[in-house]
Amino acid sequence: MSDIQTTRAARKIVIDPVTRVEGHGKVTIKLNEAGDVEQARFHIVEFRGFERFIQGRMYWEVPVIVQRLCGICPVSHHLCAAKAMDVVAGVDEVTPTADKMRRLMHHGQILQSNAVNVFHLASPDLLLGFDAPVATRNIVGVIEAFPEVGKWAIFIRKFGQQVIEATGGRRIHPRLCIPGGVNQNLSVDHRDSLLKDIDQVIKWCEAALELHKSFVASHRDLYATFASFPSSYMSLVGPDGGMDLYDGTLKAITADGKPIFEGVHADHYRDVIIEEVRSWSYMKFPHIRSLGRDDGWYRVGPLAELNCCAFIGTPIAQTARQEFMTLGAGGLVHATLAYHWARIVNMIHCAEIIRELLHDDDLQGTDLVLTGDRRPEGMALIEAPRGTLLHHYTVDEHDQVTGANLIVSTTNNNEAMNRSVTKVAIDYLTGKEITEALLNHVEVAIRAYDPCLSCATHALGDMPLIVTLEDADGAVIATRVKQ
Amino acid sequence: MSETAARPDRVLVIGYGNPGRQDDGLGPAVAVVIEQLGRHHIAAFEAYQLNIEDAIDIARHDIVWFVDASLTGPAPYAVRDLSPGASIEFTSHILRPEALLAIARQVFGATPEAHLLAIRGYCFEFVEGLTSGATDNLAAAISMLTERLGIVEAEVLA
Repeated sequence: MSDIQTTRAARKIVIDPVTRVEGHGKVTIKLNEAGDVEQARFHIVEFRGFERFIQGRMYWEVPVIVQRLCGICPVSHHLCAAKAMDVVAGVDEVTPTADKMRRLMHHGQILQSNAVNVFHLASPDLLLGFDAPVATRNIVGVIEAFPEVGKWAIFIRKFGQQVIEATGGRRIHPRLCIPGGVNQNLSVDHRDSLLKDIDQVIKWCEAALELHKSFVASHRDLYATFASFPSSYMSLVGPDGGMDLYDGTLKAITADGKPIFEGVHADHYRDVIIEEVRSWSYMKFPHIRSLGRDDGWYRVGPLAELNCCAFIGTPIAQTARQEFMTLGAGGLVHATLAYHWARIVNMIHCAEIIRELLHDDDLQGTDLVLTGDRRPEGMALIEAPRGTLLHHYTVDEHDQVTGANLIVSTTNNNEAMNRSVTKVAIDYLTGKEITEALLNHVEVAIRAYDPCLSCATHALGDMPLIVTLEDADGAVIATRVKQ
Repeated sequence: MSETAARPDRVLVIGYGNPGRQDDGLGPAVAVVIEQLGRHHIAAFEAYQLNIEDAIDIARHDIVWFVDASLTGPAPYAVRDLSPGASIEFTSHILRPEALLAIARQVFGATPEAHLLAIRGYCFEFVEGLTSGATDNLAAAISMLTERLGIVEAEVLA
């Protein structure tokens, strides 16, 4: 339901994110003197106080504590913190059982998180149309039109959660990882239970891809241009250049596919990335050091992962990637809506990885933890469902955390989201009115990135998307709130 | 009773929120208390937030209580009845109870009686533990909820 408010007074309404309104998104569209769109910004509230929350904690507690950060991606934070604390514990390489248990959990997490985005968030726009009535443009409307989609959404998500529970011992706050390894292996009962369903899950993912491709086939121009622009990309890749969502080195490429850097390990991230703070946002604006502030922005996430990797090491996903890359006609794929296609390819890859791992006897191994010489600092990278995630900690001689820095996927995509919203505003704003259609299109663009909204706090009362139109003097012309 | 008098209604309590964000932990705190009561016909679980597969559990119960912290609204709590109602958000970090009810109805043909218990919270920073005001509200909410569930106060205190 949308609530329309029009403000004609020539003053700027400030909706200050310092007040306790996490979970909301705010879009500001600024016009120039001629009345054309000059820029648009998507403001969201980022983690605040996290460093204070972590400081003073014992370093081995951190992989569990960081799950408090996010209700959607607790597993990603758990695993990334564990990798950073492996370094602190003096362990450069965990045992095969520990590595594969973590990978199993990670791919279960990405599978279930991507399923929520693809089916619950994206499918109403893509399968019913951007302009379908709000009353029906939702998951229930999709299920009415495509009954099987509801089944895929619920049971793929449930399967991913079962993988997390089997590896982490519980549905929420899993406790698989400790610095230097893991707490448990995979029981044969859990393995056999997951094996019973994995082939079906892969088939559903493949079916979802076919359904998505049918949308693309009938909307080629829209798909290619909506909220889109050429950009640089960054993701982890494996040592052979192939997709690796759990570990590897950072690679960044230009819009025409040329390498900016590659082979960068987590402990050298500051050599290639600068985090900038801007006055109007609580989010940091990371950019590639060698390209500078204006040109150094980039995109992360499934689209970046498919553009950056040389191949995918699982057969069905590799075939799907090859077809996906034809969208770029020999170059990279820049379509913002292609995030969704890429997300489904990743789901297939994750399901294939899970199947491979379930047949690997190392998961029943008993060599779980290694120890080493304590170090004062640890950094780690992982590809979370929304893209590259970094954790960086310093630890004192009493084993207490003294500093923490996180760059989350949504922060990496910050500038790109602004540009997508700007493109939508340029293409769809007519006059000085925030129409329902404009609001819808802004939302469609944002959904492609599926931003994290410091979501672990989501209490009732504040979860709107607020779109504000300002004139060249900063006066608010109109505001529209989607509750 | 939704069916026969021989079988008590199957009740589900979903308490959601983040205990690491002060009063956002009100929902999970309720779920923990209800779960510890160990009534065979009353299930309870805590979650950071609602998830789409919760529709499976919802469809298996006659009565569902969604319990969340509230940023605004009356103290100590407010209760309202819920009906299925789908919506689309701009991020997957938001899923409303009405949407889950709609999915349960659409996919599983189930329409349980549903209520939202919104317990007033006051502070939501990165701190573990409820504020004193929220703790008082929690006690009042649990008293009301257990009474609605037919559980006598002595059992709750025990």
